[in-house]
Amino acid sequence: MKIHEADAKSLLVAQGLPVPPWTVATTPAEARTAAGAYLADPAGSGKVVIKAQVLVGGRGKAGGVKLAGSADEAERVAADILALTIKGLPVRKVLVGPAADIVKEYYLSIVLDRGARKLLFIGSAEGGVEIEQTAEANPDAITYLHADPLLGVPDHRARRLAFAIGFGAHWKAAAAIAKGLYRTMLAYDADLVEINPLAVIRTRAADGTATEQLVCLDAKITLDDSGLVRHPELESLRDLDAEDPTDLAAREHEIAFIKLDGDIGCMVNGAGLAMTTMDLVKRAGGEPANFLDIGGGAKADKVSAAMRLILHEPNVKAILVNIFGGITRGDEVARGLIEARAQQERDVPMVVRIVGTNATEAAALLREASFETAHSLDEAAAKAVAAARGTAA
Amino acid sequence: MSILIDRSSRVVVHGLTGREGSFHGAAMKAYGTQVVAGLTPGKGGQTALDGTVPVFDTVVDAIRETGADTSCIFVPAAGAPDSILEAVDAGIRTIFCITEGIPALDMIPVVEAVRRAGATLIGPNCPGATTPGQAKVGIIPGSIHREGRVGVVSRSGTLTYEAVQAMTDAGVGQSTCVGIGGDPVIGTPFLDILQRFAADPETEALILIGEIGGAAEEEAAAWAAEHLRDIPKAAFIAGRTAPEGKRMGHAGAIISGGRGTATSKVEALEAAGFRVAGSPTELPGLLREAGYRG
Repeated sequence: MKIHEADAKSLLVAQGLPVPPWTVATTPAEARTAAGAYLADPAGSGKVVIKAQVLVGGRGKAGGVKLAGSADEAERVAADILALTIKGLPVRKVLVGPAADIVKEYYLSIVLDRGARKLLFIGSAEGGVEIEQTAEANPDAITYLHADPLLGVPDHRARRLAFAIGFGAHWKAAAAIAKGLYRTMLAYDADLVEINPLAVIRTRAADGTATEQLVCLDAKITLDDSGLVRHPELESLRDLDAEDPTDLAAREHEIAFIKLDGDIGCMVNGAGLAMTTMDLVKRAGGEPANFLDIGGGAKADKVSAAMRLILHEPNVKAILVNIFGGITRGDEVARGLIEARAQQERDVPMVVRIVGTNATEAAALLREASFETAHSLDEAAAKAVAAARGTAA
Repeated sequence: MSILIDRSSRVVVHGLTGREGSFHGAAMKAYGTQVVAGLTPGKGGQTALDGTVPVFDTVVDAIRETGADTSCIFVPAAGAPDSILEAVDAGIRTIFCITEGIPALDMIPVVEAVRRAGATLIGPNCPGATTPGQAKVGIIPGSIHREGRVGVVSRSGTLTYEAVQAMTDAGVGQSTCVGIGGDPVIGTPFLDILQRFAADPETEALILIGEIGGAAEEEAAAWAAEHLRDIPKAAFIAGRTAPEGKRMGHAGAIISGGRGTATSKVEALEAAGFRVAGSPTELPGLLREAGYRG
């Protein structure tokens, strides 16, 4: 699950990481008030930054990040940004904060390294640009270091990371931040915590003396869905705009569902087999309308729910059901299909293939209810494609 | 021979008195597996599977009383990592964790502890393994198998059944079938299983079933290119049509930043001499084309 920058910053603060102040505003008036307060600080830079809170990359390029020098201007800029739709997502919130006087930008993240089965720090003295860009243009500018799988990040390893990236005089702060990112990762079951930029900023005291400080200017956190069950408080950070309405229904029924662009709805048990079914639909000349895994041991009610999810898409012209029973019992699925078809409002041709556990019972039920069936997966795909085109296979 | 399990394996089922554990424990036993013990803390002294299998409070007890050497874990996600550690601590050598939904970060220290103990963990979120005609551990339906000499390794569950059924229908039997699991952090990747098959005199051909996400298929292919040149090999990769940035059910199945694509996996496997199928039903035919005569 992805969360907004402002929420990510709250999690970092809770773990003791240095983040400059910010305020979340949902109206231009709120943005004006917040900006006024930051601009009144005599030690401030005289500007505020206003950033759209949307879960897509490239906010800046889309006009979602702007500076303002007065409360009036902040209100206007916030109104403009709140009116934006960026890559299909409406901007409902902006983050308002003092514009930083940036001395140098770094990149630092921690991510799950699946191959090594460890957590991996990725750091660079070339911050402020996407790390993928740095990886391509200047791979030597990136430092990689694993956390220890049992000990985590002992001080010496954090120091080694800080020196290797080149934080210079700020190495102590950098090492502490690295340890904080690791802590954040564990505290919330994240699979990525990314600070870009991690910046050295200059602040001036009332007497004009400048000090430098290393702070998290931006923050990106994605959470491991399997960990959410033990962090129910994080569920409220979910951005429903970033989801399809069907996602919610799918989650409720514990169905893995992803909407695609084609016209052949697929219902399958098991993720690998569901992907394979999509691949074979495509190979037979069709286009899958979705990825759908009903999981193991699905009963009739889950099958009905899955059918509703598929038919929610008006462009679905045919449905392919592919079940290889192991834990899942074929006759349960067949009953669910019969029940779902009786309830459904739209008559869409369906091709059903059920093999494995209780396939014989399933076949009898389907035959009695006059379902179109198929023996092999390749045959089922071909029949579904033909049905979507309105031709015989 | 075979790999991981055979008729001599003595299996303790963690969670044998639960719904999944009792159903699949019974199926394992019916297949011929030596299910020697169950594990449910607080139910030590009872029996399960119609009074035929003793239940213990701890794995240490189970080993002492029954000589168990293999664990099969059906414990829910919240307790499964600890269950793996308990097996390792007690000295179990081969551990299958069927449980799905374990947070990835929980598995990092567990996998390391298994590695340090020199034990083997298959999974989590895996269907288990079958050595046809001898034993099965986990949830793979026993009926799809046929005894033979082809080693099968897969990241999926039902897709594995599909492929194995196609092999059996075509008369191509299996030495051992292993599902390694679809999670981002698993105990035993493809590469380790290929190495075990390579060392097994009764495995004469290989089938690898992968899916998008990660780089485990590529790593296995690179090793196979050097060490498994001469044996017939076929593969299938699921998710050729999956869009980038969408997680396809398995926590591991995602293409991100251009990594983990089906194309990269197919190319690596073909370069290593695997015949890559467009459908799982083509796998037995491709093995025969590659010279397999079993």
